[in-house]
Amino acid sequence: MTLLPGVVASHARFRVNIPAIWILAIAGAAAACIPLVYLLVRAAEADAEAWSKALTDGTARLLLNTAGLTLAVTGASAALALPIAYLTERTDLPFARWWRSIAIMPLAVPSYVGAFAFIIALGPNGSLQDLLAPLGVESIPEIYGFFGAWLTLTLFTFPYLLIVIRAGLRDLDPGVEEAARTLGQSAWSAFWRVTVPQLRIPLATGSLLVALYVISDFGAVSMMRFDTFTRAIYVRLGTSFDRSSIAVLCLILVALVAVVLLIDWSQRRNARYHRLGSGAARMPRLVRLRRYRWPALVGLSLVCGVALLVPVGVLFHWLSIGLQGGENFPGIWGAALNSVYASALAGAATVAVSIPIAIVVVRRPGFVSRLVDRASYVGYALPGVVVAFALIFFTLRITPGIYQTIITLVFAYAVLFLPQAISGLRTSLVRVQPGLEEASRSLNRTPWQTFCSVTLPLIAPGVMAGFALVFLTTMKELPATLLLAPIEFDTLATSLWGHQEDVFFARAAANALLLLGCAALPMIILFGNDRGLRN
Amino acid sequence: MAKIRVGRCWAIALALFGMLAIAAIACSEEPEQPSSPQHNELTIYSGRGESLVGPLIERFEEVTGIAVRVRYAGTAELASAILEEGDRSRADVFYSQDAGALTALAESGVLNQLPDDVVTGVPEELADASGRWVATSGRARVLVVSTERVPDPPDSIFDLVDEEWRGRIGWAPTNASFQAFITAMRQIHGEDATENWLRGMLANDVVEYPKNSPIVQAVGDGEIDIGLVNHYYLHRFIADDPDFPAFNHFTDAGAAGGLVNIAGVAVLKASRNSENALRFVRFLLSEEGQTYFSDQTSEYPLTSEVDVPANLVPLADLDPPSLALTSLSDLEGTLELLRDVGALP
Repeated sequence: MTLLPGVVASHARFRVNIPAIWILAIAGAAAACIPLVYLLVRAAEADAEAWSKALTDGTARLLLNTAGLTLAVTGASAALALPIAYLTERTDLPFARWWRSIAIMPLAVPSYVGAFAFIIALGPNGSLQDLLAPLGVESIPEIYGFFGAWLTLTLFTFPYLLIVIRAGLRDLDPGVEEAARTLGQSAWSAFWRVTVPQLRIPLATGSLLVALYVISDFGAVSMMRFDTFTRAIYVRLGTSFDRSSIAVLCLILVALVAVVLLIDWSQRRNARYHRLGSGAARMPRLVRLRRYRWPALVGLSLVCGVALLVPVGVLFHWLSIGLQGGENFPGIWGAALNSVYASALAGAATVAVSIPIAIVVVRRPGFVSRLVDRASYVGYALPGVVVAFALIFFTLRITPGIYQTIITLVFAYAVLFLPQAISGLRTSLVRVQPGLEEASRSLNRTPWQTFCSVTLPLIAPGVMAGFALVFLTTMKELPATLLLAPIEFDTLATSLWGHQEDVFFARAAANALLLLGCAALPMIILFGNDRGLRN
Repeated sequence: MAKIRVGRCWAIALALFGMLAIAAIACSEEPEQPSSPQHNELTIYSGRGESLVGPLIERFEEVTGIAVRVRYAGTAELASAILEEGDRSRADVFYSQDAGALTALAESGVLNQLPDDVVTGVPEELADASGRWVATSGRARVLVVSTERVPDPPDSIFDLVDEEWRGRIGWAPTNASFQAFITAMRQIHGEDATENWLRGMLANDVVEYPKNSPIVQAVGDGEIDIGLVNHYYLHRFIADDPDFPAFNHFTDAGAAGGLVNIAGVAVLKASRNSENALRFVRFLLSEEGQTYFSDQTSEYPLTSEVDVPANLVPLADLDPPSLALTSLSDLEGTLELLRDVGALP
């Protein structure tokens, strides 16, 4: 579009930053589309038979299953995340500071571990059944199938929405809400009529993160025996080694993702959410919960209890069995170090790549920036193993020197999780008044200086949110890590997988618990220490 | 407040870029990969788990002084990765959990021919007819049975469609061993009998699991009473819990129910250490290697000089279906059948 004139005009006084930022943003989005190019290359090799096999009635059923699960999980996640975000940020909830960290911890539980724990605890003849048996409860609802997949995915993905909504909530001007209150609205109605509508962008971006995660998940649906499209792709991969027919299936998945992205596109209008004035120069008043205090605490405990205590309980049970049997845990500390190292790098690199994209999306609205935005979601929605194949294909052809090094691995994580970092950032960025940046520019600061001294400090909560999202998701990433990590670079997720595969449950449990611990640490540093609105 | 934020923001940014820099340095210092033959090393892509074969590989390093590096991942994922890597593959050896992946690689032309003496070390039907891979250990198909609820398990898998077993059986149709078993069934008992059996099982509310170990778990938990699995998973459960309430039951000798699945190994054409790769193959088939499988992983050794573990039915008594495992490569037909009857998505 305006790229070429922009480059030519780079010595002019105005819009000097346009070309650089556009180039960076487009390059980032293009990287996320690498798997798509690979799929097109492989699918081009497919014959007509592969296509006709892929387009059967069974495929339609799989698509329906996938769409149904995606909608159900996204809806339920929003229903959990919105009240929890509000309770922990805006009310006098006891121990709010701790709840803020605890409520996002379920994100660190890999979906296959969570599903495994739920089956043991809630499955037929599981622990819950044993507990309820004396009370005369003969059977509990079937965990397998849609219900189990829905429950698992909801409880372990709703924090994606929570983190994004919370960043949005924090950036809201409390004055607007207070104005509603002075005009006679109750706290409840101010929340629904003033706060929630202002959270539309965080809600939409967070929902998209959850929806696409569900589409690409394999762990939970396979354990819970619910047929989704991604499960079918993995089953096909495990049984035939015909990569072109797998590519055909993946392209159908991409079509489904495109529909989701288009729905989201049409939902967003060119609304402006930043303040024009300086806003209220104070923190919002905390809403007093009064008699709702206990119900809120009970509800929060229930959600976090099921999402955290059930997996942790099951894991400790396995660990204690192993410890009694004198089990040893070889290599576990090295794996922990590798996990934290790779995840921190992934978080940093992904946030760095996402900043230009977020700026372009928020500051230069238009067709191209929307396209850049949508394109960045492609890698995220595809099964991790397909992204791994794509990077094997391209790195060996273009830069064989970095194949199976930490660089390729971090690059893969960035391709996979770019939208998470963007989501964290854009929620903060939409609140930053462009006038501030323009003022800085008019004072002869360069775009880079402006970014560092004005924009970056203002979007720091978004940067942290984006980093946290990518860090947590990388900690539990498995398929791409197995194939692309430097050889013998064990992480907690890969060791956990290996031990579970070999039926060394105690070792698997130790790895899983350490994974949760390693994930908790940065969360407490980033969010627990943060006194939020309370100082 | 604002000042603190800026400070922290910069601290984080600095820390992150520091890490990136360290990573870049670490990578640039790593010696260039192309390992010329004089390097005494070997790279294995292993679909078998580290807990199972790691100690054996360490032993190989001790004996030979060769530095071995192993990438552990799923057999199917590694096979696909090797195909994607093509002649640029970083692997010297592919160590597979099942024959299907080895056959697929052999047919794609990425495997090297093994010397005759290696291939003839095992029974004829346990190696590729053209000598491109060889089996290293065996696992029998068995029924894992609840000690508490099934005192007298059926002797034929064809009895499992009886009303008596409604909702009490578990299987793993996405598992490669199960699919090999179905392929064997088609060849021994015919397409129609196999299809009828599959439909009968589904009509009898057979319970589906993602793989073998959850089936054994489910039998122990009382979720189901009988599972169709490979024999050696139960040994891991009993190692953790000697009172684990299940036992292995061998079914109809000579029929598909008695199929022996294999783990096997192949050397890649792209290998730059093919001498070392071959030494590894020979080591797996040596007395020491075969004894390890018998003693440590409770698998069937495949060469004649090592005895089978005491708790297993000897291969000869098992009378496994005598079909060349490579004819099991008619996997596509099995998958189509499984999809037709609705056992696979």
